[in-house]
Amino acid sequence: MSARLEHLLRGAFPDASEVSVVDRTGGGDHFHVTVVSPRFRELSLVDQHRLVYDALAAPLDDGSIHELRITTKGAT
Amino acid sequence: MSQLRDQIQTTIESEPVVAFVKGTHERAACGNSLRAMHALRSLGASFTAVDVLPDPAIRQELSALTSWPTIPQIFIGGELIGGADIVEELAANGELEAKLNEKLGDSWRQTGAEKTVAVTA
Repeated sequence: MSARLEHLLRGAFPDASEVSVVDRTGGGDHFHVTVVSPRFRELSLVDQHRLVYDALAAPLDDGSIHELRITTKGAT
Repeated sequence: MSQLRDQIQTTIESEPVVAFVKGTHERAACGNSLRAMHALRSLGASFTAVDVLPDPAIRQELSALTSWPTIPQIFIGGELIGGADIVEELAANGELEAKLNEKLGDSWRQTGAEKTVAVTA
């Protein structure tokens, strides 16, 4: 499941300097994703997180993700 | 637009600070809801909580309204601020206090006690 999320995030943020997916509980449905991408520059945190939600819409909709923590940063 | 969605919209627009959470202000039923409420409390901001658990339609209508898929969702002066991660980050870096001041003036420091209100179809 972590690999699926990472694949989706890498596809959505091809210019990301960092993409990481941590399975927080080992149960395969509580995740902490981190994305560092220049796309986030000049965007509010709400808009940054919306881009991540868009990338992960399928696993969010089908219930594969029970809980999601998000860390986003514009690349420096 | 459904009656429930109208009620949600009205709550967002009429309450200065709203937290849509799992549980109540007294008893969070989810770690992220608790984190978001803690972040508001850390600044001394009182808030109105809405429990999404009594009816799955509440969460569906809220997310349809905001295009934000997860709970909690925090609003200040009618504006979606974000979920637990964002509210924690903004509380830590001072931007949450700035947003409260910008949207609500000084009133958020004096807006009475925390409460939980119900929305029903």
